[in-house]
This record gives sequence, C-alpha cells and structure tokens, in this order.
Amino acid sequence: MTSILTYTFKSLPSTSKWALRFSLRPLSCSSQLWAAPAVQTKSKKTLAKPNIRNIVVVDGVRIPFLLSGTSYKDLMPHDLARAALSGLLHRTNVPKEVVDYIIFGTVVQEVKTSNVAREAALGAGFSDKTPAHTVTMACISANQAMTTGVGLIASGQCDVIVAGGVELMSDVPIRHSRKMRKMMLDLNKAKTLGQRLSLISKFRLNFLSPELPAVAEFSTNETMGHSADRLAAAFAVSRLEQDEYALRSHTLAKKAQDEGLLSDVVPFKVPGKDTVTKDSGIRPSSLEQMAKLKPAFIKPYGTVTAANSSFLTDGASAMLIMAEEKALAMGYKPKAYLRDFVYVSQDPKDQLLLGPTYATPKVLEKAGLTMNDIDVFEFHEAFSGQILANFKAMDSDWFTQNYMGRKTKVGSLPLEKFNNWGGSLSLGHPFGATGCRLVMAAANRLRKEGGQYSLVAACAAGGQGHAMIVEAYPK
Amino acid sequence: MVASRAIGSLSRFSGLRILRSRGYICRNFTGSSALLTRTHVNYGVKGDVAVIRINSPNSKVNTLNKELQSEFIEVMNEIWASDQIRSAVLISSKPGCFVAGADINMLAACKTPQEAAQVSQEGQKMFEKLEKSTKPIVAAISGSCLGGGLEVGVPAAFDMMLTGRSIRADRAKKMGLVDQLVEPLGPGLKPPEERTIEYLEEVAVSFAKGLADKKISSKRNKGLMETFYLTELTSYAMTIPFVRQQIYKKVEEQVQKQTKGLYPAPLKIIDVVKTGIEQGNDAGYLAESQKFGELAMTKESKALMGLYHGQVLCKKNKFGAPQKEVKQLAILGAGLMGAGIAQVSVDKGLNTILKDATLAGLGRGQQQVFKGLNDKVKKKALTSFERDSIFSNLTGQLDYQNFEKADMVIEAVFEDLSLKHKVLKEVEAVIPDHCVFASNTSALPINEIAAVSKRPEKVIGMHYFSPVDKMQLLEIITTQKTSKDTTASAVAVGLKQGKVIVVVKDGPGFYTTRCLAPMMSEVIRILQEGVGPKKLDSLTTSFGFPVGAATLADEVGVDVAKHVAEDLGKAFGERFGGGSLELLQQMVAKGFLGRKSGKGFYIYQEGSKDKNLNSDMDSILAGLKLPARPEVSSDEDIQYRLVTRFVNEAVMCLQEGILATPAEGDIGAVFGLGFPPCLGGPFRFVDLYGAQKVVDRLRKYEAAYGKQFTPCQLLIDHANSPGKKFYP
Repeated sequence: MTSILTYTFKSLPSTSKWALRFSLRPLSCSSQLWAAPAVQTKSKKTLAKPNIRNIVVVDGVRIPFLLSGTSYKDLMPHDLARAALSGLLHRTNVPKEVVDYIIFGTVVQEVKTSNVAREAALGAGFSDKTPAHTVTMACISANQAMTTGVGLIASGQCDVIVAGGVELMSDVPIRHSRKMRKMMLDLNKAKTLGQRLSLISKFRLNFLSPELPAVAEFSTNETMGHSADRLAAAFAVSRLEQDEYALRSHTLAKKAQDEGLLSDVVPFKVPGKDTVTKDSGIRPSSLEQMAKLKPAFIKPYGTVTAANSSFLTDGASAMLIMAEEKALAMGYKPKAYLRDFVYVSQDPKDQLLLGPTYATPKVLEKAGLTMNDIDVFEFHEAFSGQILANFKAMDSDWFTQNYMGRKTKVGSLPLEKFNNWGGSLSLGHPFGATGCRLVMAAANRLRKEGGQYSLVAACAAGGQGHAMIVEAYPK
Repeated sequence: MVASRAIGSLSRFSGLRILRSRGYICRNFTGSSALLTRTHVNYGVKGDVAVIRINSPNSKVNTLNKELQSEFIEVMNEIWASDQIRSAVLISSKPGCFVAGADINMLAACKTPQEAAQVSQEGQKMFEKLEKSTKPIVAAISGSCLGGGLEVGVPAAFDMMLTGRSIRADRAKKMGLVDQLVEPLGPGLKPPEERTIEYLEEVAVSFAKGLADKKISSKRNKGLMETFYLTELTSYAMTIPFVRQQIYKKVEEQVQKQTKGLYPAPLKIIDVVKTGIEQGNDAGYLAESQKFGELAMTKESKALMGLYHGQVLCKKNKFGAPQKEVKQLAILGAGLMGAGIAQVSVDKGLNTILKDATLAGLGRGQQQVFKGLNDKVKKKALTSFERDSIFSNLTGQLDYQNFEKADMVIEAVFEDLSLKHKVLKEVEAVIPDHCVFASNTSALPINEIAAVSKRPEKVIGMHYFSPVDKMQLLEIITTQKTSKDTTASAVAVGLKQGKVIVVVKDGPGFYTTRCLAPMMSEVIRILQEGVGPKKLDSLTTSFGFPVGAATLADEVGVDVAKHVAEDLGKAFGERFGGGSLELLQQMVAKGFLGRKSGKGFYIYQEGSKDKNLNSDMDSILAGLKLPARPEVSSDEDIQYRLVTRFVNEAVMCLQEGILATPAEGDIGAVFGLGFPPCLGGPFRFVDLYGAQKVVDRLRKYEAAYGKQFTPCQLLIDHANSPGKKFYP
C-alpha cells in the first residue's frame, strides 16, 4: 500500500526546458553504456530448463490508471476488473471456455465482493465453469496472482490462466466502530423488546465515530510515507535527488504516452461518463514548483512530498498466461517468457521498502544471470526516496555485507535501462494491479528496445518484496 | 533544580543503551576552523552554524564535571565572539546519551559544603551563559538527558530536538520540553545509531539556520488557549504575596507528606525557589548553590551515592561469562512467582517454557504474563504488536516436552521440601547435562533441596521478590557444591532479566529472609504489646520504610511469614524469638492470610483503596497480650527495636560469610526488603549512625528482652575501634 497521501498532487505547469534538460541527462552521461548491451554476450542463451514447461505471456492489458476520486469514483472494484478482463478478451480473442482458472490480486477489499476475481469473471462473461480466486500481498498482489498461475501451469494442473489485479481507492470500506458493531450484532440476537431496549440504552454517541481503513503498517503503526522518509534519511537521499527522480519518471511517462508506447492501455467506457483512454497522473512539472511543496509525512523537515510519491490510484490490469505449447497450438505469438521469480521479506520497520534490494541479487543468482545480462529494468516506484534508497543500498558494500550477508555489493543499476517508460510515480499505482503493469511494460520494452532479459522488482507493505525475470519471446 | 540534578544522576542508568561510539565523521564540513583538541567539548562550523560536540573521554556517558564545564564555557565564549557564527547546535557524540547529569564522583570528592557550593556555582554560570545567549542555540538530544543534562538542554531560551526509541521523547514534546522530534533511522550506508546522530545534527543545523534567519520562530507554538490563560493567570496570581504564601505552604505539605521529612532535598528546593521569587534571581542563585553545598554533605546524600555505586556493582557479573548462554528457559509452577519470572524473561527475548501441573493454574499464569504486558500497552510503553511478539516467546504446557533442550530450569513450586524434591527428580530425568536447576525459594536451604540431585554442582537458588516485574532484586544462593559456571549462568540470566543481583552463601533464610525474620518477630511482639497495626505502620513508614510493617506482613502473606518464622525459629532458636508464633498460627487458622485471602491485619476489598482494620484481630491480639515495657516503648524505641534487630542480623550475615561484601548487603536490604534508602542500607547505616550507638541501643533492649538483642561480634568490633568502617 504505497503512499496514502492525504492530499492530492496539485497540477503543476509543465516546463519544457526542464523536461528537455532532464531527458537529455541520461543520454549525455552514459553514451558508452547505451552501446554496451548490444555487444554484450549473455551469460545464458535462454532460461528454458529441461523438463519444465515454458510459460509465456500471450498478452496483457490494463484500463487507464486514474487519480482516485475521478472518473471511476462511482464504480465498484469488480467493475474495473471486469473492464480489464473484457479488454483482454478483446485484445487476445481467447475463447472463454479454454481459460482454466482466473486469479486476481487486490489490497483494500470491498466486502461485498471479497472474491473480486469471481465476480468480475462472471460479469465479463467468462464461463461459470471457470473457477476464480483472489490473492492479497499488498503492492505485489498482482505479482502473486501471476506467479500463482505460473505454479499451476508448471505443475501441470492448468494450461491457460488469466491473472490480474484491481484497486479502487475512490471508495474504501469505512466501518462502524467495534462498539457499534457489537451492539448491532447483539441487537440482531435480542429476542424481546426489553432486551432490545436495554441494549439500546447502552448506546453512547462515541459509538458513531467511524473506523477508517488502516493507513499504517499494522505491526509498527507507522505510515508508509513516514517510513519512506526515514529510509531516505538513512541513505542520505536529498530532497533534490528525490524531486529530480520524480521529474524523470513523469517526463519519461509523458514521452512514452505521447509516442504511443503504452500499448497495454485499453480504453474504458465508464457508464454515464466519457470513455477514458489515458492514464491521468502523468504531469511533468519543474523542480522549482516541486521544491515549493511541504513534506507530507515528517513535518516540517522531511523530504517525502506529494510530488515525489506515488499517488492514490484507481485501476485494473489483466494478463493471459499459457503453457508455451498450448499458446503455439492455439496459434498465438507470445510476447515473453515468465522465468525465475523470488519473494523476500525483511524488517517491516526500518527496511519496509527495501524489497527490491534483497530480491534483485537473489533472482539473478537463481536464474544464473548477472546485472549486465539485464536489458530492461522495471521497478515499482512507491516513492522517489524508496527507489533511490534501494539504488544506494545495492551499491553499498557496507549494507550488503552487514544486512544481506553477501560478500560484495549487488552493484549499481544502469539508469538508462531503468523504468524508461515511466513508473508508478507517474503512471499511477493501483496497489493490486501494478504487478501486471510492470511485467507488460517489461515485455513490451524488450520487444521495442530489442533486449532479451528483463528484471521486474517491487516492494510491498509488511516489509516484503518480489522480483522476476521476464525473457523476450524470440521474434 | 540543582538538587534534582544530583538525583537525576542517581537514577540515570535506568534508561541507558550501551552503545560504543564509533568515530564520528561529519560530512559537508565546510568551515575550516581548526578543531582545537579539547578533551570534552569541541566544535566545528557548518556554514554559519557552530556545531558543539560533547564527548566525555573514556566513558559511555557524558557527565557534567569541572573539565567539561570549563571547556564548554571556553567554547561558548569563542562562539559568541565570532562574527562568522550566527547560531549554534549542541549535540553529544555519544549515541544514546546527551548528558547524563552531574558527575557523581565530582560531588563525592567535595570535602566541605563550600566546595560543593563552588561546584554548583560553576554549573550555574554555565547555565546562565546559555540562557542569556544572543545567538540561537539548538540542543540536539539523542538518548538520556537527565539532571543537569536537562538543564543544559532545556532552558527556556532554547530550541531542542530529541530522538529516542521510547515514548518518553513523545511525551517530552507534549510537555513542551522539546520542540521537535527526530525519529531514529534504520540501517543505511552506515550503522543506524551513527547515521541517526548525523541526521539529527543535519536537522538541528537547518533549524539553527532558520532561527538565525528568523524563518522559524523560537516561540514554542503551544496553540492551546487554555495553556495560555493558565500561565497568564498563574503568573498574575504569583504577584500577590498572600497567594504565594498559600502556594508555598501547599507545596511544602505535599512534599512533607511524600518524603516524611526524610529527604531534605525537595524542601530545600522549595526554599531556593522561594528565595528566587521573593528576593530576585541573584539571591536565588546564591541560595541555590549554598543549599546545594549543604545537601551534598548530608548523610542522605552519602547514603544515596553509596547505593548508586552499590547498584553499579550489582549490575555486573563478577563470575565471568558462562560457558553456555541460556537461550531456552523453563519455569516450573505458574503461580505468582513463576509467571512473574516468565514475564521478565520473555520481554527480554528469552524463549521460556512455563509448566504447571493443572490447566487452570497454567491459564492463570499465562493471563498474569499477558496482563503484565498488556498494561504496558495501555501505558503506551509497548505496541500491541510488540506485546504479541513478546508473548510468543512463552510456551505454556503441562508436560515435560522440550525440556531436553532447556539450558536452565527455574522451579517456583510451592514451598515444600518434599514437593521440591519430587520436581527436581522429575526434571533431572529429562533435562540435558549442562542444564542448570535453580530453585526459587525464600527460605528452604538450597543444599537440602540439592540433597536428592544427581548433579548438585548444577543446583543453585534464585530468590526473586514479589511482584517480580516490579522488584529489582534477585538473591542468588550458592551451596558449597554449586560450580562457578552455574553461578555465572544464573547471574547472567538475572542480569538479562534486568535484576540487581546479590550472590550469597546458603544458609537458613539466606540473607534477605534472615534479616527480615527477626524484625518481623519484633513486629509481632510490638503488636502483642498493644501497639495497633495502624500506629505500627506509621512508625515504620516515618522511619523511611516504603511499606508499613503490618501491611508488609499482609502483602507477603501471613502463612508464608508463619512458615518462615517456624523454619528459621528452629534453625536459630532463641535469637529469633520475640513475638509469639501463636499469633501467626491463629491468624492462619482463621484464614487471615493477608491480602490474598482478603483479610489479615487489614480488610482488603476489590476496587477499594481504603484499608480498614480487621476487627476480628482484636480478640486474637487480646488473647496474646503482653505487658509493654515502658522503658523501651517510646515511639523512637519501637522504631529502633525493629531496625537494630534487622541491622544486627545483617552484620552477622557478613560475619558468618553468608554475605561477600557490605555493598551487597545494603543493596539486598534496600532493593529487596525496603530498608530505608535514605539510610543507605544496614551497613551504611552503621557507618553513618555510628557502630557504638547501634551497640548501645542493642544493649539497652537486651537488658529488657534478652538474647535477641545481643549485638554480634563484628558489630562490637566496629564499636570498639571507631576507625573501622564497612565502607572505607
């Protein structure tokens, strides 16, 4: 559950001068590195393993990610999920009856549709004979949905899986207080008027104060933004660095959007409203404008602001995953292989958002690859400060030796390969749906940019993390 | 305020985190000003902000001593004189400690009140300089800031910040003591403690800049109207002499009530404040330093300082590190004691098995541990998550499963030798060879318990005090056969549990129970002589005991007292005589067991704080009435009859070698039995009061009652050679 910011990101005027300067920066300082991947020979030709089924992504889509409280605000989560499923059906033309199983990730659950996967599938016209379940693992819920599907295919239980995720932060369950709930439940059981009256007589006005969904880590009671601010301070990440990184994310996202690279987005005709076609959170600003914002969590001297955090987002994504032979038999040209993946977890207080640091070297080792083999990095951007802290942690001998039990540092990440089409800071972060967006961005970038291996990584509440290798499908 | 400084320094060790300071590196150090090699205080310049670092050499904490004070004044003068510097940050280079208070050794070294007054004046000068600073100063405080440290940090002219893991930092902010909190950081590119201090400094520097540039207001924005009116009103009211007199009176009454006039410091503080208000600041400061000098020379001051040193001593493991660290603890018996021991173990991260014979008994014990932890959640000392994770260190069970992995078993079953023998044999059948067997008993001799053991070198006594989570003392009892490693292991566990530890030799009643028993015997006699429980309680509390003697019997349990009195009476015979054991026997027969049964000398009702006398006791007391001896029955005599028997027995314990050192005897008596802290413990009392006077008293009572008051040889030796002291 990333940045639950209490106020929305103010629309900041875009200044092209800054954007230009910024987008030039990676080019100007790293022309050598640009050329590097082309001549690089990979540690491994492919990650295919003998006697294990190859699992492929046929395609994936998402509805536009919107700022919460905008066009999707009157819908329910399963409406968004349904739209993503319909979009997937339309994009892939997969016959509904071949889908063996449907899995969705979500974080803040609507109690009426607690198995949102099933409600959405039924509504989207999938066969009522196709089972569906919902998983939750904070910001890596959709990743969990995908890897659950991978497991079902790898073990031979299924051939065709639809995995996805959904989040609707425009509406969250706000409950009556525990005292009020208790009284209402007791009233249900009361048989006589006397019993009812005696229960009602116990009513106090404070019973009416509502219970908001927890915006804080349950174990530590600390909000994620607060933890991110402390993390940034621990790694000495400055406010300016954070603002610069956020600006980069918005600038690159804008560019990708303008160039039509975000091909996973499918339009969504919102009932009673106009058709939504574009992500709404991409707003490149200027460093001067960003510098004016006050810190959002640690006041008055913190460094995490609304402008360098991901914002509350509504959205849904869905992806068609198959065993390779099944996809080929059905005549599909898959986009990518889903390869090795890992889940990690660490201290939810001081290392809440360091999941990628732990997961990256682990998944590389598991796959037998090195950092140099990776052509495309797609990391979930919860906060600028979080991304930069992860960079510094991976590049620090002291941290990796003392906290990760490794002899040497993981290494520095090449920024020119990193989130080149924007990230959660700019595209938005519907908690349950981001995982599929990351994998589709990785697959699409590999096709577009011509690389072979991509590394997807994300942090999640609870001090957890995830990483997966996505391999391009040979053209 | 000055006196509170000394007291602060006494209680400081409670919250210290022991961290080694790793060389402090400051980045972005722009100012090239030469870092003069002062030993305690140094400063550097960041832009136009001076960063003053306090770092007492070769010490875990910073203490205010003469060198620190003079260097500090030097540094401040340079800063005020410099045109380049516009504001300053005051910070400690030691993670987890700002300033712990006045250096106790500095005070102890003072020979005369004048010398101590001088020390105080030096301190005042320093604080005055700070208060009158023309350049804003930000105190950046990480960790303990006590006594004088608080004065450095908090004068009204200051802005400060605080880091700390506990809620206390939070509360300091609420109280308006500090302006800004900085949360401790986790790991980054260097150790968390190091980076946190660096971060604290960075934030403090930006605040100092802001203050100097007038971008930040130095006023504490306590936006509450009530607070404003309240302070306004109070300051107005204080201008009226009559109101002031009333306030002084009220405060004095309050202090008198709480200290019973036994601790002179609080009253002198009121005096000093009074002088300050009535006659102006200068007179106030003068009075403060004079009174401070007087106070530093009092017996009470010496007694408290002695306790401080004793406690430091009893927080060390003089037996060295045990061969095998105890990681798995098992406790037998989930009663009040067993569950209490479990609570202080699990909250330090020890895996603990709590075993009882019945599910109901076990459930009660588990609930006690949970409640102990949950009360801390209610006080916000723990989060509910921390409570749950601490509670998961506890395993409740009815069988001996996993005892084969236990490194130490502490039995806390009922005080019955045959039962203790039974569990010892059962346990020895299942535990591994290296496992220590500790017995929690208040009076049963350990060698008798160990008699049935296959491996007596692994058997030891660990005498906890009730309630275990509140009482700091742990008395460890070694027999002739107990191995040194077993003792080291028991001390290590006790220290981990946060206890102050005295290690004594085995013998009936060990040390603590043995000292208490003759005093309790005297209590009974006094009651039989017609002094009511209420009167007795007030006589003992006004002498400095935290709990009155009759109430103490009720709290300990009349049945326990009877048990102990019978056992020790057998062992020591006439010397432990005095009151009639019959009194306790009749009370037990009637079910007057004290608080636990609802009736003892007093009647206890759930939810009611008032205690009424148990009128059914009248007939028992009337039946056992003894004639009072008028020559030894004045209030003072009654007090001294109790105290001298206690002291005499304590000295005898040292004479017999039960106690290794007088310091342990004093710590045991004060922390375990509530011996008046202002007297410093029985041995310190003999030193300060005079051995001859103690012996004279004993002789006087001996003449009236006989052998029970015969002074022991060691005490007589001390009386005969006035140069002889327990503390050099």
